[in-house]
Amino acid sequence: MTQLALVIDLNVCVGCQACVTSCKSWNTSGSAGALADFRPYDDDPAGTFFNRVQTFEVGEFPNTETVHFPKSCLHCEDPPCVPVCPTGASYKRKEDGIVLVDYDKCIGCGYCAWACPYGVRELDEKRQEMTKCTLCVDRIYSDALAPEDRRPACVMACPTSARLFGDVHDPDSEVSIAIRERGGYPLMPEWGTVPSNQYLPRRKTVINISDDQLVRADSPQRLDIVAPPKPGAKPRSTLDDAASFSG
Amino acid sequence: MHPGFSVIFLTTLIGAGQGLFLALYAAELAAALHVIALPPARGFFVPGVMLSLAFTGAGAVASLFHLGHPERAWRAMAMWRTSWLSREGIALPSFMLAVFLYGLAHWLEWRATLAIGAVAVVLCLVLFVCTGMIYACIKFLQEWASPLTVINYAVLGCASGFTLASAFAAFTADRLVVAYIGAAIAFTLLGLATRCASLLRNSRIKHKSTLQSALGIHHPRIVQKSQGFMGSSYNTREFFHGRSKAFLRSIKWIFLALAFALPLLLLGFSLNHVSAIVLSLAFVVQYAGLIAERWFFFAQSNHPQNLYYQAIS
Repeated sequence: MTQLALVIDLNVCVGCQACVTSCKSWNTSGSAGALADFRPYDDDPAGTFFNRVQTFEVGEFPNTETVHFPKSCLHCEDPPCVPVCPTGASYKRKEDGIVLVDYDKCIGCGYCAWACPYGVRELDEKRQEMTKCTLCVDRIYSDALAPEDRRPACVMACPTSARLFGDVHDPDSEVSIAIRERGGYPLMPEWGTVPSNQYLPRRKTVINISDDQLVRADSPQRLDIVAPPKPGAKPRSTLDDAASFSG
Repeated sequence: MHPGFSVIFLTTLIGAGQGLFLALYAAELAAALHVIALPPARGFFVPGVMLSLAFTGAGAVASLFHLGHPERAWRAMAMWRTSWLSREGIALPSFMLAVFLYGLAHWLEWRATLAIGAVAVVLCLVLFVCTGMIYACIKFLQEWASPLTVINYAVLGCASGFTLASAFAAFTADRLVVAYIGAAIAFTLLGLATRCASLLRNSRIKHKSTLQSALGIHHPRIVQKSQGFMGSSYNTREFFHGRSKAFLRSIKWIFLALAFALPLLLLGFSLNHVSAIVLSLAFVVQYAGLIAERWFFFAQSNHPQNLYYQAIS
């Protein structure tokens, strides 16, 4: 069973907001209608975005890390927003697992947004319908786009390849391999929503190396540089000691 | 959560209408059991049903105001298999229809009033459960996810309904007033107990979601520096009450006084000196208190999505 989803790599996200703007740009020009965009140049802008990138600071100064955190609908396998919808406007597609909103049926009651623990559903202020990430379902199945462009707008816009798209139920897909090999995890697992979108954690590549792995203690090229041991000090062990059997 | 007044008015109005109907049927049942003489149809039951329908109808109209597309509201009955909101959307009109038929049966002096009323009582209880479960079924709204939510809706609806019934009876059926006052006092006391149980439970809640589980970064110190935008969004408007903690605390004391303490005093006073004015005042005071109680109920719950929206950089 296919479950299309995104994998977001927190290790390389730089918080450039390209995914935010490309998502808004694609979806506000779509067949469903524009997304709200009020007072964009004034004091109190407001609007509807499907994807937002947030910034968190982890740790205590000066040992801090800045983590940029993109958040959009996680297309849960057991979505809490689907059973609560009174009209059936909120549904999960069987063929690819994308959770969508049928805008013609939505009455704008907001109950599904209450039922989403991640806060990824936004009621468009102008249209008064619930909107959320569609996983660019109108891009991925579009005949008008070249095959390499049939990916979500945010995935194509990301300059650091922090967003990966694929089928998380297919063990050989790019996303499944990333989750498996790089420790992908879901958000808020305590509520049993089983999100399909997974996040890849921060990694540090560390090499443990000691001084005498860098500079050989008894290197013949440096005998005149290396200081003789102080009187009474334990003599440094040399390769000859290890290589010869005699004491 | 941001308390929406349309939903506050919906739940308090239909609660009072439901409680009033239960009081009317209690009189019918008592007469059927020969405890009292049956009050007159056109002087008591029919105006009572009209008053009950006025309250439930006003509540239904109020609920349309919280919808973005009220013209599509008829679609809300579709998903009754999974959604409590859908079930309430069926139960409310069904209850109102049953109450209307009950009133009609009294007006036309049919003998089926006891049976029709029994159906309406079942629908009334179903409606209390559906309304309460809308809030109680969302597991991560831990302040709401408890049987106490459903119990409070039912008990407080009955309390306000019986207070309304005692005021109504003071105008239409003097013999029933003292019994209704007694029932109103009992329900109000019970309501005080259950609502305080709920307040106690909510003060002890340990929220399961933390910033660590929300981000999946298990470091003890995480602070949000930016929520990704500087203005407002649906997520910053609809999930927070927008007031100070002190305001929230003051509303709690206000509703305890207006919905419980003051009505109990006025009802208790009325046991000896039945006065339609005092009883009407008791209902108005209790209703205002229930508006505050419902506001507090909505404002007190803490949605885990608020973890993601804390700092405007």
